[in-house]
This record gives sequence, C-alpha cells and structure tokens, in this order.
Amino acid sequence: MSILVVVESSEGKLKKASREAVCYAAQVGGDVIALSLGDTPEAELATLGANGASKVLNVAGSFSSSEEAAVAVSEAMNSIDANLLVMAQSAKADMIGGRVAVKQDAALVSNVVGLPDTTNGFSVKVSIFSSKAFAHVALKKDKKILIVSKNTVDVKEEGGSANVEAFSVSLPDSKVKVTGEEKASGDILLTDAEIVVSGGRGLKGPENWGMVEDLAKTLGAATGCSKPVSDMDWRPHSEHVGQTGIKVAPTLYIAIGISGAIQHLAGVNSSKYIVVINKDEEAPFFKAADYGIVGDAFEVVPKLTEAIKALK
Amino acid sequence: MKILVCITHVPDTTSRIAFTDGNTKFDSSGVQYIIGPYDDYAIARAVELKESNGASVTVLNVGGAETEPTIRKALAIGADDAVRVNAAPTDALFVAKQIANVAKNGGYDMILMGRESIDYNGGQVHAMVGELLGIPSLSPVMKLEVDGNAAKMSREVEGGKEFVEVAMPFVAGCQEPIAEWRIPNMRGIMTARTKPLNVVEPVATDEAVAYVKYEQPAPKAGVKMAHSVEELVDLLKNDAKVL
Ligand SMILES: Cc1cc2nc3c(=O)[nH]c(=O)nc-3n(C[C@H](O)[C@H](O)[C@H](O)COP(=O)(O)OP(=O)(O)OC[C@H]3O[C@@H](n4cnc5c(N)ncnc54)[C@H](O)[C@@H]3O)c2cc1C
Ligand SMILES: Nc1ncnc2c1ncn2[C@@H]1O[C@H](COP(=O)(O)O)[C@@H](O)[C@H]1O
Repeated sequence: MSILVVVESSEGKLKKASREAVCYAAQVGGDVIALSLGDTPEAELATLGANGASKVLNVAGSFSSSEEAAVAVSEAMNSIDANLLVMAQSAKADMIGGRVAVKQDAALVSNVVGLPDTTNGFSVKVSIFSSKAFAHVALKKDKKILIVSKNTVDVKEEGGSANVEAFSVSLPDSKVKVTGEEKASGDILLTDAEIVVSGGRGLKGPENWGMVEDLAKTLGAATGCSKPVSDMDWRPHSEHVGQTGIKVAPTLYIAIGISGAIQHLAGVNSSKYIVVINKDEEAPFFKAADYGIVGDAFEVVPKLTEAIKALK
Repeated sequence: MKILVCITHVPDTTSRIAFTDGNTKFDSSGVQYIIGPYDDYAIARAVELKESNGASVTVLNVGGAETEPTIRKALAIGADDAVRVNAAPTDALFVAKQIANVAKNGGYDMILMGRESIDYNGGQVHAMVGELLGIPSLSPVMKLEVDGNAAKMSREVEGGKEFVEVAMPFVAGCQEPIAEWRIPNMRGIMTARTKPLNVVEPVATDEAVAYVKYEQPAPKAGVKMAHSVEELVDLLKNDAKVL
C-alpha cells in the first residue's frame, strides 16, 4: 500500500508537525511518499528519508488557493496509487483535505490523535468538542484521509535520505488573488511553539505585557492571551487562545492572570504541562493545571524570568 | 446580493460533555444548544452586509426538528428566511452534499460558514462545499468587504495574515474579528416567528465515516502547588524536566 503525506514548511524548513505526519504514516505501514507543494529546498526535503519517506514528490510554484493544492494532491494520489493520505493538522490541510475527499470520494477525518486500529475495519481516535472528549471513528471508504493532530507520534530520525523527484501538474487558474501579507509579531509561531506564555485580564493592561514578553523570550516561547485581552485590543487577535481562537499543543503552557474559563481551557488542554500563576487560589485554572503558584503576577513573573535566566 | 449562511446547532460552550448507552451516544440531557460561535460571526457579518450593501440573507441548517429554535434565533438576529434540511448531520461530506444541493440553484453570491463547528471541529465542510460547487473556499477569514463583484478578505495563515481578492461566488469560513456577535432584540424575536422556515428532505448519499464509540479524557493527576518561585523552577526543572 502506498501512503501519500503532504508536508509543509516555513521559511525553507520543514515543520515538525509534517515530520510527525511522515512518522505516523511509516507506523501505519506501507510505502510512504511525501508531497511538497512550493519552494522547500531539495536538500531539506531529502531529510524526510530519516522520518520514513521512501521518496519525495516536489511540486514547485506558489499555491494561493486550496483548489490548486487539492488538484496537485489528488493527482499525486493517483500517480502513486495511494489509498491513504496523511496530513498534519493546519488551516491549509483542512482546506485541502475537504477538496481531495470530494475528488477522491474518500472518507476524511481530522483531529486524529492515535494510530489506526485495523482489527475490525479501519478506525481512528479523534478529539471532539475542542478536546473535551474523544471518539473512535470508522472510515468506510476504500480511500481514506487522516488529518493528524500535533504530538500524536514522536519524531524518529533513523533512515537515510529520500530521493526527491520533481512532480508536475497542470493547475487550474486560481480565482484567489493574494494582494498582500502581514507577518504576526514575534518570531515564534503560536501554533508550532514548544512553550507558550499567555496572559489574561489579570495583567490589567497592555502596558504590562513587557514582563510576559521577557519571560517568553527567556524561554524561547510564543506569547498568547485570553479572549477578553484580544477583544480589548491589548493584544492582537492572532494571539487569542481558546475554543474560539487558536488551539495550542505545546509541551509547556504558562497561564498568567487567566481564570481558566472552560472556553479558554478548550484551547489549551492538549498541552503536556500547564503552569498557572494566579493570585486567587480558587481560580478554576488550577484544577486543569499540573503546576501552580498562588501569587501576584507582578511579583512572580519577573522573579521567574530571573530564576530561569540564572539556570541558563 | 444573496447570502447563504450555514449554521450549526451545538451544545453551549460551557456544557458538560458526557455520553450514554455504553458511550455510544452524546448525552444531551440538560444541555443548552446555541448557534455555533464561529457561525455566529458568519451570521453577524451577513447582517452587517445586508445593512451596508443591501442583501437577502438565508440561513441553512442540516438537522432534525430540534434545531428550529436555534434557526429562529438566526432569523431574530436578522436573516430573512431559513432552510432546514431534515436529516441528522452524520458526517462532514454528508452535510456538505446537503448544503451544495440547496445552494446549487439558489444563485447565492456568497456562502458564509463558521471556521469550524465546535462539536466535531472538523473545519472541512467549507472546502467540501466549495469543491462540490466548483467555487473557491477560504478559511479562516477575519475580514470581508464587498467590492463590486468581488470580495476583499484577510485570512489567517500560519505566522500572520494574507490579503486576498476573490470573485463571487465563494465560500468563506468566518472567525473573529470579522464582525461583532449580535444578540437578538425584542423586535427581532417577534418578527422571527413569522419569517419563512422551509423544511426540505435530504439527498441520499452513502456513509463515509461512522462514530462508533466515545471516550472522556483521563482526569488530570492533580496540581502540584509551589510555595515559592524557587520551588516552581525546581518542579519545572526536575519534575516536568522542561527547563
Ligand atoms: C461562546 C464563547 C466563547 C469563548 N471563547 C473563548 C476563547 O476562545 N478563549 C478565551 O480565553 N475565552 C473565551 N471566552 C471567554 C471566557 O468565558 C472568559 O470570559 C475568559 O476566558 C476570561 O478571560 P481571563 O481569564 O483573562 O479574565 P478573567 O476571567 O477576568 O480572569 C482574570 C484572572 O486574573 C487573576 N488575577 C487578577 N489580578 C492578578 C494578579 N495581579 N496576579 C495574578 N493573577 C491575577 C484573577 O484572579 C482571575 O483569575 C468565550 C466566551 C464565550 C461565551
Ligand atoms: N449540520 C450543519 N448544518 C449547516 N451548516 C453546517 C452543519 N455542519 C457544519 N456546518 C457549517 O460548516 C462549518 C464548518 O463545520 P465543520 O466542518 O463541521 O467544522 C460550520 O461552521 C457551519 O457553518
């Protein structure tokens, strides 16, 4: 069986989540072939061999719409006769996956958090209700598409390098014209970050974010916030974490002056460790935390930053 | 301009999520249902466009009769009429086929949806509808302005946002800050009662996926409280081993 894995990169570097997706496919078993859309350097793509890819198909060019990307993915599936398509969860993957599912008449599930169970048919565990529950879902079509959540499998580096082949497709004219872009502040992507430092209404005002940024910088972390904080424009909307914002899955999530409303928790409960800093010992966030400290953020945070600096 | 807004009927964001029948069914007892929060952005933007540019707004839900109070709420917010496809929404492709079937002869200039539903969080229905209708689909869209026969949008991409132009018709999955959530007022609630809500039967499709069994997450082991910053750093370094 051939498995196609669509990989994404940012600034020429493959995303960790894409390597996880290749490792995931390798664990499912079969000939794993990666597909890269865009301009990732060949040398970088070749390193997917270590994660379990036997070959990488490389489609050069820019993809401004999911229609174009879906054509390329669907044709790649046909050319290698793939029954299974695996992608790491991202806004792009969801858009491409939906279109490919229609083209291929495939069964598609996203938010996958486990390897397939093939003892009786083909089913996978997925997270639902913003990670407040899980479901076991059976895929009932010959062709299947799995969109896999971050941290579902560990990245293994053991094989050699993979052959990179150019793959050409004739793409439809894009109806979507990109006219500009704006980079988010900070250089660590919230969705990709290993550590996230988030602040809530307890910080009282945007002028107090300096200490949050200092802590984040010391840890090499991305910064996030609760919804009221972005609603009041203390921080950009792109930092809003929760059920109606970004869902993060870092190794460490540090919540400062955030009460822990259920809608906020829905965006963070895939984190491996949660640290809560709050002056109210009754704050609900403590119940969802692994580590906590009751105290005034204005005292605790600068001290914590200094203590971590001292370690390094 | 004709706008179709697709809404979900989902448990309130504060609901306790539980299952019955040996973990094979969602336990809806005591659960309050709402319009999906992202769908609420879609409906709010549609009503804003109706006010600023002039438009008719139709809301659509694929669901059983129990969703009608949720649909009426969307009418109270300002939609003109509604369609309910009378079927339980079994999976994304099924829902997408129903929406595409309603939309294909409707002449809609845009189909607005939420970025994702908050029950199954698939985030796929828009792309599927776009593909089925052969039109662009964009998500998550944070800003949407109409400019002649096209729309100017900003969409979230990893690491920032992108500004795009798309000719109508298209599908867009909405998220904040595209519009302010709207709360129905008394007049809206009164007029919603008499606005048309058409019930149509679903088109047949085969089953792509089946939800076999549900599971609750394992409870957290319990929080370890630090009594000083030094103790917290020690826990992070030696217990979690993350520093
Ligand atoms: C449909 C819906 C969707 C929503 N989606 C989201 C979402 O996606 N994300 C989200 O975050 N919210 C969301 N919310 C809002 C959510 O319900 C809460 O209102 C919000 O998370 C509260 O933000 P907060 O914790 O920053 O503020 P508050 O609840 O005001 O909490 C502030 C906390 O700071 C503490 N504090 C105060 N001063 C200090 C100090 N000096 N030092 C330390 N601690 C201090 C307080 O003890 C308190 O616990 C949603 C709500 C609805 C209705
Ligand atoms: N049963 C449904 N009826 C109408 N619209 C729906 C339904 N399910 C999903 N949608 C729309 O599709 C969007 C994405 O849903 P999903 O792919 O389930 O995350 C939602 O925000 C709705 O706008």
